[in-house]
Amino acid sequence: MSVVRVPPVLRSEAGGAREVEASGSTVRELLEDLSTRMPALGSKVYGEGEIQSFVNVYVDGEDVRTRNGLDTPVRDSSTVILLPAMAGGR
Amino acid sequence: MTTYRELLQRTKDEISEIDAGTAQATPGAAWVDVREIDEWQEGHLPGAVHVPRGYLESRIEAVAADKTQPVILYCAAGNRSAFAAKTLQELGYENVHSLAGGFTDWKRNGLEVVLPRTLSPEKRTRYSRHLLIPEIGEEGQLKLLDARILLIGAGGLGSPASLYLAAAGIGTLGIVDADIVDETNLQRQIAHSLDTLGTPKVDSAKRAIQALNPDVDVITYRERLTSENIDRILDDGWDIIVDGADNFPTRYLVNDASVWRGIPVVHGSIYRFEGQVTVFKPHEGPCYRCLFPEPPPPELAPSCAEGGVLGVLPGIVGTLQTNEAIKLAAGIGEPLVGRLLLLDALATEFNEVKIERRADCPVCGDHPTITEYIDYVEFCSHA
Repeated sequence: MSVVRVPPVLRSEAGGAREVEASGSTVRELLEDLSTRMPALGSKVYGEGEIQSFVNVYVDGEDVRTRNGLDTPVRDSSTVILLPAMAGGR
Repeated sequence: MTTYRELLQRTKDEISEIDAGTAQATPGAAWVDVREIDEWQEGHLPGAVHVPRGYLESRIEAVAADKTQPVILYCAAGNRSAFAAKTLQELGYENVHSLAGGFTDWKRNGLEVVLPRTLSPEKRTRYSRHLLIPEIGEEGQLKLLDARILLIGAGGLGSPASLYLAAAGIGTLGIVDADIVDETNLQRQIAHSLDTLGTPKVDSAKRAIQALNPDVDVITYRERLTSENIDRILDDGWDIIVDGADNFPTRYLVNDASVWRGIPVVHGSIYRFEGQVTVFKPHEGPCYRCLFPEPPPPELAPSCAEGGVLGVLPGIVGTLQTNEAIKLAAGIGEPLVGRLLLLDALATEFNEVKIERRADCPVCGDHPTITEYIDYVEFCSHA
């Protein structure tokens, strides 16, 4: 199981949790698993086999788009961060 | 018993004394001024470094490590430099020369002299804690005083940023904000106060800045940034932009303009307990669109008015932004280029992710598709 960090704008979809768990040996498998466990959260991040365009996914500190996209490997000890843009400055 | 004159003559006989023409024709020479600091401050030879004679033995090896490299020493008249040359020979320097006639003859012959910029006594006092830091020193402080930094927003992020940039001695601060100070701001926007309620934030911030540091020249722009005014504002000339905006349309405008003009942007954003900080340095690292090519839909873009924000959070994030801006202005340290710092203030946890310039970025990529400003329709309500 890998740890998935939930950004503040999506916490209501994760029952208020800051971190959830999901498993998979690739990002695709992990996001599929996440969508099964927590459909509301999953659908905001992943749909129709693609990462939603307003969200970035980082595995162990690196953007998966600069690695192998959805085929990027994920380990048990990996930390996955979901990151949508935040506008707030005030 | 030897007199000074005898000692001086004997020393000159033992060292090499050369004239200005020969000295200038010596390639790869290190020029060292051995006079006192007040003499140095009145003018020195181009390319010279200052090592007063009292510190010669202890500092010369840091300045001229290679003892085979030619070293040309000078003082006011050629006497102190003769003694200095003798000392360097004793230290094993093989190629040392003393400039005959020193600075006085050099200047009298109309050769080029450099006047150093130095800090006034008042500035030396005010910035003394900066001057003590080797990475800053007088040179760094002068860079800060020369810097022109534009703040987008004088709210949660802009407040601490404006105050700490002013404290650091940033010479010119521009502030862009159309809002008026209201009571809900005072939970976090510390540049404002009860005294300035109901007044424009740019004027309120200017007042706070000038009470802290009158060295700072504050230029206010009481307007909302749009494609209509951004060029006019940026044409005033800015070295660094500190982005403390509260909405996506502004962030994208700032980004696109900064890429086209080559101005680094120190980005900060906040929501509830979380913050993000990075430095977008055009063409060296990613830009905002490399990270987020388009603004998100409204349901993913709540403002602080809708979601709330821990008051101290913009204080932390805005101050982190200021740290980055100061490093950029002084040219020191490693700025957060290509690194996105994530702060969770509730857990007091910092994380960092790597962000990269994308070759397919619509603005800074190899084949840009966005070449004009876009005024996105702002869908989120704001305080």
